[in-house]
Amino acid sequence: MAEFKKADSMLEWFDQRLGVVNFVKVMMTEYWIPKNINFLWAMGVLLTVLFTFLIVSGIFLLMYYKPDVNMAFDSVNYTIMQEVAYGWLFRHIHAVGASVVFLVIYVHMFTGIYYGSYKKGREMIWVSGMLLFVLFSAEGFSGYMLPWGQMSYWAAYVITEIFGGIPFIGDELVVWIRGNFYVSDSTLTRFFMLHVLLIPLAILGAIVFHFYALRFPHVNNEEGEFFDFDEEAEKYLAGNKKESKVVPFWPVFLSKDFFVLGFFMLFFFYLVFFHYNFAMDPVNFDKADGLKTPAHIYPEWYFLWSYEVLRGFFFEIAGVSGKDLGLIAFGIANAIFFVMPWLDRSPMVKPANQRPYFKYWFWFLMADLIVLTVYGKLPPTGANAWVGFASSMTFLVLFAALPFITKAEAKKVGGK
Amino acid sequence: MMDESRRGFIGKAFGAVAAVGGIASLIAMKKTWDPLPSVMSAGFTMVDVSGLEANKLEIAVWRGKPVFILKYTEDMKPTDGRNVKIGDHYFSVMIGLCTHLGCIPAYRADQHDFKCACHGGEFTDAGIHKFGPPPRPLDIPPFKLDGVTLVLGEEGPEYKAMMAKAGGA
Amino acid sequence: MKEFKILAVIVTLVGITYYGIEPYAHHVMHPEVAPADFSFKTLKNVDTTLAGNVENGKVLVEANCIACHAIDAAGYPQMMPNADAAASYGVVPPDLSSAGRIYDKNYLANFIYDPVTAMHLEGKYTPESGKAFPMPAYNWMSPQEIMDIVTYLQSVTPKVTEGKEANKATFEAACGRCHDMKYAGIQATTPKDNLKAYMGATPPDLSQYIKSRGEHYLHSFINDPQVLLHGTSMPRVGLTEKAQEEVIAYMETIGDSKKAERETLGLWVMLYTLIFAILAWLWKRKIWSEVH
Repeated sequence: MAEFKKADSMLEWFDQRLGVVNFVKVMMTEYWIPKNINFLWAMGVLLTVLFTFLIVSGIFLLMYYKPDVNMAFDSVNYTIMQEVAYGWLFRHIHAVGASVVFLVIYVHMFTGIYYGSYKKGREMIWVSGMLLFVLFSAEGFSGYMLPWGQMSYWAAYVITEIFGGIPFIGDELVVWIRGNFYVSDSTLTRFFMLHVLLIPLAILGAIVFHFYALRFPHVNNEEGEFFDFDEEAEKYLAGNKKESKVVPFWPVFLSKDFFVLGFFMLFFFYLVFFHYNFAMDPVNFDKADGLKTPAHIYPEWYFLWSYEVLRGFFFEIAGVSGKDLGLIAFGIANAIFFVMPWLDRSPMVKPANQRPYFKYWFWFLMADLIVLTVYGKLPPTGANAWVGFASSMTFLVLFAALPFITKAEAKKVGGK
Repeated sequence: MMDESRRGFIGKAFGAVAAVGGIASLIAMKKTWDPLPSVMSAGFTMVDVSGLEANKLEIAVWRGKPVFILKYTEDMKPTDGRNVKIGDHYFSVMIGLCTHLGCIPAYRADQHDFKCACHGGEFTDAGIHKFGPPPRPLDIPPFKLDGVTLVLGEEGPEYKAMMAKAGGA
Repeated sequence: MKEFKILAVIVTLVGITYYGIEPYAHHVMHPEVAPADFSFKTLKNVDTTLAGNVENGKVLVEANCIACHAIDAAGYPQMMPNADAAASYGVVPPDLSSAGRIYDKNYLANFIYDPVTAMHLEGKYTPESGKAFPMPAYNWMSPQEIMDIVTYLQSVTPKVTEGKEANKATFEAACGRCHDMKYAGIQATTPKDNLKAYMGATPPDLSQYIKSRGEHYLHSFINDPQVLLHGTSMPRVGLTEKAQEEVIAYMETIGDSKKAERETLGLWVMLYTLIFAILAWLWKRKIWSEVH
């Protein structure tokens, strides 16, 4: 056991026992971030703040919510929305926050793709980030069921039904997931458990892992430049702050994040108070009714692109039914981003616009995802179904072509 | 003093026992997720079809699913292996969930067909898909005839005959 | 400058996506319909310019209406309890006290002349259906007599002061015979079983309709349900624009009771956030001046 001398201050007392001085250095004041960055580098902190909002608002909703098919709808729409003081505010923050968190995740994710921040040692940052995306998707999906409105019910119905397409075990699997032959009370309570406990725990773990994965390869910068962080940190500590290519996480990097956060929150609260229908679908204010299908069923906006890939295949090709093809394409669409670091065969770490071929790929992908998202919401009839098919095919072809495009690019730039 | 191989053996045995415990726990957890026995055995639905009006869709509920029961008029033609004759009339008995993604199609009495509002699938009065994304006809629930009463959830000879035809075709 | 360019790109991409999945998709899924017509100008069986005679109207009402309808405000009581009335007629006949106030004059006159056409329910009460609306058509009356009745009903209707109570009274008179409003503790006056038989399905609870349908939809729907929901058995009720606004206002009071609080608090929170953002910007400028 170590010798303890009497502490002269509270800080020292804690430092002796918890090593707080060193901890603060490692985590904050001497955690180095590149200086050459723009506001897109603030998305991580935005996401952390939004996730905190979701947890806090969720805790208060949990005090009054009742996970039972007979009580859920009224506990949300009457008790929470109309009786509990500021219950409506917590629900609005929770619903709008859940939607906006995906907007920021997508910006964060495509920033990573644009700047090539998944390559040359940063693979685990990317993979852990994608894991978070999947966990947030599961969290969003399970939470959407809880108000037990018509869209809660039918989105849950349609999405769980997707698993029925898996060969051999499909039908049993659907019943197993739901705990009944149809979406019912047992489905609601198990999704409630997933939403408030199991998935949030997994998300917290994945966030810690994601942050940890950043420590060794370091954060990327606007030009994809590689430099010696230790050397630059020494410059900074020696007082050459202007020459150094790095800044400490606290206070320099965070001061910029807080500034971005401030203006982002202005936008966020505008949505929370005045423009929330996109996140709280009017159809969901009708109580769930398993015998009455709404005229239009669509998932939340952030699932639309992959939902469109699922239903883009609506006819049989080479003896494989449209449903199976859609399911396969949907599986690929959800898994393909994980292997992004290995599909991109060019060693170049540069913003997309400085990469001769990749830039076209990137903007094509953006356009295709927007088309998929929009047509994922529109009724899939007539020409819409064909647009859906074409954009789903485009999505698959883009990813199939990526290794070849980037290989050709690597050749052209000569391994630079 | 333990030699290397002995330590290796104990280590492996410890690992194996831990793995068995882990797997056993996972099996228990999987079973906890299973539908409850009361849900699995949830009763049979009886429908008396004698009072039904022809060309007007009757919807019964069986295990939370809507079951379409459609009595044919004189001039509606039965489809081989899809209709059951009860008394003097043909009937369609089908699970009223679109085989695409499970929405409930609506019956259009004037056109004798079903239209699904979700993704535009269409079915004939016998439940055969004729347009859109549905991959197969509407499913036929297991049923048994007890005079003019339809028992949903039990496999009667008429049901077995229909399934045999569907399988052979 | 570069950061503004990046922001512009993101705002554009998000804007296009938003436009596609919200305004555009809703426009495709819910096409615009003909605007609400509060003068009910397709109904023209009765010349409503005729001046009615209150005295004669009273005589006619006593002879023709009060056997089924109560007119509480004029001292004609309900003839039987709601359950019995529903059993006899299919649905509880309305008390006519507020008829002169909440129904449009043209609608009311044409309703008396021929209820089914006025309600726009010709599709439900076809000769083949074998169904008949419980109130007979008074198309044998002269337009003058019908206008006498209308004028009488307008004369007996009590004056109401505007506000939540009036809105509630209008809601109950216009909707309360068939619809529940659970969040306000209101139950339809017609028993559920009768309603189901009469309407073909149980009419929905309206507690959250201000949210699920929205003001815009309700504005067209209440005016003429057939326009948005062809084939529905809900009748055109014939409310004046003012009465309909009162109904919708009441639905909002019950279904979205925190609206005022939300909008006021929203402004304060955004003001606070603006101050937060400006200070964050100033602080960031100070900190970064040392490193740039």
